[in-house]
Amino acid sequence: MNPTRQLRRGEMRHGTREALHGYGFVLIWIVGFSIFTLAPLVQTFIYSLNQVTVEATGVSTKFVEWANYSRALFTDPTFVELLIGYTIETLVSLPIILIFSLIIALFLNLEFKGKGLFRTIFFLPVVITSGPVIKELTEQGATSTAGLAQVQAVADFLAELPVSVRTPVEYLLTSFVLILWFSGVQILIYLSSLQKIDKSLYEAAAIDGASAWESFWKITLPSLTPTTLVIAIYTIITLSHFSENKVLKYIYGQTYAVEGGIGYASAMSFVYFLVLATILALAFLLLRPSASPRSA
Amino acid sequence: MNRDQLAHWKGVLFGNRTSYGVVFTAILYALLIAIGFVYLYPLLFMFVTSLKSPDDLLNPMVQWVPTELFLGNYEKAFKVLDYLATLASSALVSVVPSLIQTLVCSVVGYGLARYQFPGKTLMIGLILATFVIPAQSTVIPQMLTYRDLGLLGSLWSLILPALGAQGFNSAIFILIFYQTFLSLPKVLEEAARLDGASDLEIFIRVGLPAAAPAFIVSIIFSIVWYWNETYLTVVFLEGGVQTLPMQLSKFVQAYENLYPPGVVNVLDRLNEAVKLAGTFLNILPLLAMYFVLQRWFVESVERSGITGE
Repeated sequence: MNPTRQLRRGEMRHGTREALHGYGFVLIWIVGFSIFTLAPLVQTFIYSLNQVTVEATGVSTKFVEWANYSRALFTDPTFVELLIGYTIETLVSLPIILIFSLIIALFLNLEFKGKGLFRTIFFLPVVITSGPVIKELTEQGATSTAGLAQVQAVADFLAELPVSVRTPVEYLLTSFVLILWFSGVQILIYLSSLQKIDKSLYEAAAIDGASAWESFWKITLPSLTPTTLVIAIYTIITLSHFSENKVLKYIYGQTYAVEGGIGYASAMSFVYFLVLATILALAFLLLRPSASPRSA
Repeated sequence: MNRDQLAHWKGVLFGNRTSYGVVFTAILYALLIAIGFVYLYPLLFMFVTSLKSPDDLLNPMVQWVPTELFLGNYEKAFKVLDYLATLASSALVSVVPSLIQTLVCSVVGYGLARYQFPGKTLMIGLILATFVIPAQSTVIPQMLTYRDLGLLGSLWSLILPALGAQGFNSAIFILIFYQTFLSLPKVLEEAARLDGASDLEIFIRVGLPAAAPAFIVSIIFSIVWYWNETYLTVVFLEGGVQTLPMQLSKFVQAYENLYPPGVVNVLDRLNEAVKLAGTFLNILPLLAMYFVLQRWFVESVERSGITGE
């Protein structure tokens, strides 16, 4: 087709036609996003600025400005406490999950018999983990590491620690298995990135006299930086959206509470969203691939 | 022993160019088995405890091997969960939205990967944002709308968002399809276009078959995630359809309805063995699915765009 040719009436430029066809495919998402995400998000924000009462006929709202937010942050002691607990738990779990899944992935990247079996075991929790299942297992004591936290010496040692250190350590001891259970997808993502690293890099390094240890720090780890960022974000979001998350349970409970109700719960969900976004931003700043050229 | 022999045995023990050596291999297996045990410990604990009779539970000598094969806990849990009915609705709740969500996400992912249009970068950014936004920030207005429409408690409240590619973890599936279709050679598309195929026909004839692995990944992960999802199902379905996890989360209440605590004899009181039998019944279908489709679960994550690059 001659591009300089005069366009006849009803005929479109190639780019425009392509764009229109593209919109045709993604239109369903645009509609869905507007109805099921954007509109409810805006509506929830409006609710958060109001006192909301649900009646049989509909919903009545009374504008209260930022009262719900100030209640969440300054008056309600439970919410802030849960929020801090959630932040600590996430910040403690994240490095453990990252390091643990990297180590397991490094193991599984080796050649040995029965590799598939171990891969199957480490991925299993991803399939069966749901809120109620985890809740039952935790309540029956199936998830703490053989009662390590109950050993007297450990308990004595913990009692000596200041609260700010004790809380994360206790969390670690009682939920160790659970933290590992959240590593299934992460292990596989690391494993696939490890397999993509160019083998010739290691050969070249070995010829230059680098030990396996040096190769790990100079080749493997830098190559995995982008993957680590993806995994960190995925992990933070999975932990934050998990239905047994205490903050989420509290917000859910408040939705149906007589006092506060929907307006208050909406305000809290936005505060929670902001905290989650802050943690994500923090992870991004810490783990982003450095802009400076690696082999300068 | 001469030097060569020494070097040989050193190689056997500590590894050389071709093998890792006995010592290293032994350490590797020991570590993996230990970690594997920690991983499986909750499941083993659950399974063993669920087979214990009330006597075994009280007997401190019985740890890992129950004295008899006691299936009474399963009988009770089966009744309390109303297992067959709940299983059927759980299957429905996870399979129907999953199929719809997968199909819609494939269409959207294809559009993003194969066409250039203004606002595409913004759209990809918004898709990622939908993955970050907690459900809590969008669920209440939806619930009120469904209430007004009389859809609360019915499957439609999960199907409608899936139809708009806003189902559970839709963002991940859109990105998987986006990755898959990006790597599809343009030549195939052009050949079909020369044959006079329309855009939709090209998608169906060229795109869909090439994306078969992505479809399998999406469907199985959707099913698993919908099956395990409790927040949305409780908000949208409570009072209507009952799924297994929902029923498990109110196990105590349901048990006491069937076996009132003041009326039944001591041995029929609710104990942890019955609860864990209920938990095991809950994950049994997923375990079965996992072991049948195991290869797909594991390989898929490695091959598809879940790696998010």
